[in-house]
Amino acid sequence: MSKEAPERVVDDPNVAMQNSPEFAQLRSKFRRFVFPLTALFLAWYFLYVLLSVFAKDFMGTRVLGNITWGLILGLLQFVSTFTITMVYARWADRVFDPEAEALAQKMGVKQ
Amino acid sequence: MSALLGSAPSLVPAATTVGNPAINIGIFALFVVVTLAIVIRASRNNRSAAEYYAGGRAFTGRQNGIAIAGDYLSAASFLGIAGAIAINGYDGFLYSIGFLVAWLVALLLVAELLRNVGKYTMADVLSFRLRQRPVRIAAAISTLVVSFFYLLAQMAGAGGLVALLLGIEGAVGQRLVIVVVGILMIFYVIFGGMKGTTWVQIIKAVLLIIGAAIMTVWVLAKFGLSLSNLLGEATAASQEAGGKDLLQPGLQYKNPVDFISLSMALVLGTAGLPHVLMRFYTVPTSREARRSVVWAIWLIGIFYIFTLILGFGAAELVGAAAIKAAPGGVNSAAPLLAFELGGEILLGIISAVAFATILAVVAGLTITASASLSHDIYNTVVKKGTATPEEEVKVARIAALVLGAIAIIGGIFALGQNIAFLVALAFAIAASANLPTILYSLFWKRFNTRGALWSIYGGLISAITLIIFSPVVSGKPIDPLTKKSPSMLQGVDFHWFPLDNPGIISIPLGFVLGYIGTVTSREYNAAKYAEMEVRSLTGHGAETATQH
Repeated sequence: MSKEAPERVVDDPNVAMQNSPEFAQLRSKFRRFVFPLTALFLAWYFLYVLLSVFAKDFMGTRVLGNITWGLILGLLQFVSTFTITMVYARWADRVFDPEAEALAQKMGVKQ
Repeated sequence: MSALLGSAPSLVPAATTVGNPAINIGIFALFVVVTLAIVIRASRNNRSAAEYYAGGRAFTGRQNGIAIAGDYLSAASFLGIAGAIAINGYDGFLYSIGFLVAWLVALLLVAELLRNVGKYTMADVLSFRLRQRPVRIAAAISTLVVSFFYLLAQMAGAGGLVALLLGIEGAVGQRLVIVVVGILMIFYVIFGGMKGTTWVQIIKAVLLIIGAAIMTVWVLAKFGLSLSNLLGEATAASQEAGGKDLLQPGLQYKNPVDFISLSMALVLGTAGLPHVLMRFYTVPTSREARRSVVWAIWLIGIFYIFTLILGFGAAELVGAAAIKAAPGGVNSAAPLLAFELGGEILLGIISAVAFATILAVVAGLTITASASLSHDIYNTVVKKGTATPEEEVKVARIAALVLGAIAIIGGIFALGQNIAFLVALAFAIAASANLPTILYSLFWKRFNTRGALWSIYGGLISAITLIIFSPVVSGKPIDPLTKKSPSMLQGVDFHWFPLDNPGIISIPLGFVLGYIGTVTSREYNAAKYAEMEVRSLTGHGAETATQH
């Protein structure tokens, strides 16, 4: 870790793994799951921020007693965060981990 | 206790001493004794670097998740956000949403990959496939700067709290207490290492969440368990006193662009905070790192819902005028509310928890900064990678001592600043200087040394420059209530940047500079990139837990 990267030969096992179709599949599976989810929660968060700034009257409107749209949407941010957390953790435990571990096994236990 | 509740109106004029200092100190002393005993136990096998920096990577995901919550729910969250909600209502609540949603960036994109790739510090990951020396130096500088701002916020909170609880108005007394807090923290870090610090954070998180839960239920019970009633009465109380409707957006942020800028910093900053990232190394696997974040998200989210209720509760039961007039200012909303609810005993407990919070967070920051100084600067730059683990740990301990001293001095200067806001600045720097490099490094094949350096230094320098020339440092008009300018410096005005938070400029700049730097350099280390990517996704070759 703390040394400069040593020169590697062409038959480096990491390079071979990186170029293998299984690894490409693992990578694209991971990215296809997390990237859209990231885009989704960021879009929803910034929508909320923009509403708080540019739609103040709407956000300050009382809906249920003294509870405003701003608070409802804000609490929905909490709900969406908890939901995404559970969905991702479930997917990662059940789908991603077994495949990642299989590839790690293939690379051998020792480095 | 009911007698105390009945005598509450006298609180306002006599706000300089609230509660019984002996009880406050007694409860805090108990916390210190218990945690010191644990730290001393933990210090028995702290000789190896993995033990000192990463607690032997032996914590479970749940333990680490609680410790992360303990680390993240800093004085800014507890004191700062509750105070911001009490004074500015809805706008204060917006802080907590950004702070929470930010964890999804850490969960989805950073935590597990970082755990697999790195060893002790953020720089381990950033420099993995790039040229070691320049990237490590840059990452270490950025680590130190972010940790320093964060540290300043915590120490400022300590000062305000002391002023409130011990009735110490005199500068000498307040400084003395900051010195005591600083020395205790140094002791935790030097003897306890990461293991001791983690246990302090776990205990503190449990106390803080239970304390906040009790207060939340108590406040709700006073308003017939109805959030709507609470909001209505808080708003009415606020309007009677000063004419603000706390439920309307825009009380704190008059300028929409400023608020968007802050929101960007909040949501993108967490996954770039070095002391948060370092916590992922204390678990044995990436799966446990994921569990840590899941636990942290639940605890932090639930806690922020508590602060919403505590903030509005303080607005109604304590009142904005009493909060602003108290020695700790906005930061004293939560302790004053505790006194209002449960008298001096509850105040003593909550204050001790708040002290513990500051102590635990400062310890976490100090160990992060000292690890970076030792592991990144001393070992890689000074000793060219030849330092033994024993030497590294020794240097880290010396660094902790020095950083502790700096924290004490900084804390004395930062007295009276709003802490949620100082933390927001730390987030802006983390989001500008660290996050672009972390994401590029993990996900962009082409990324290289020049890109990393331009991104880190560009984000860092632009964020700091914009802060210095922002209204935060100079030039805000004088507040008629306190007769002082809310800016850091009084009586001067050299600001030209219109926003309080630099994020909207410096974060995109960090990303753009990282891109331009990368595409203008030919450097590319295919073997190291392969090793890093395979390791990040599969965990092959990742650091494992030490054996006991």
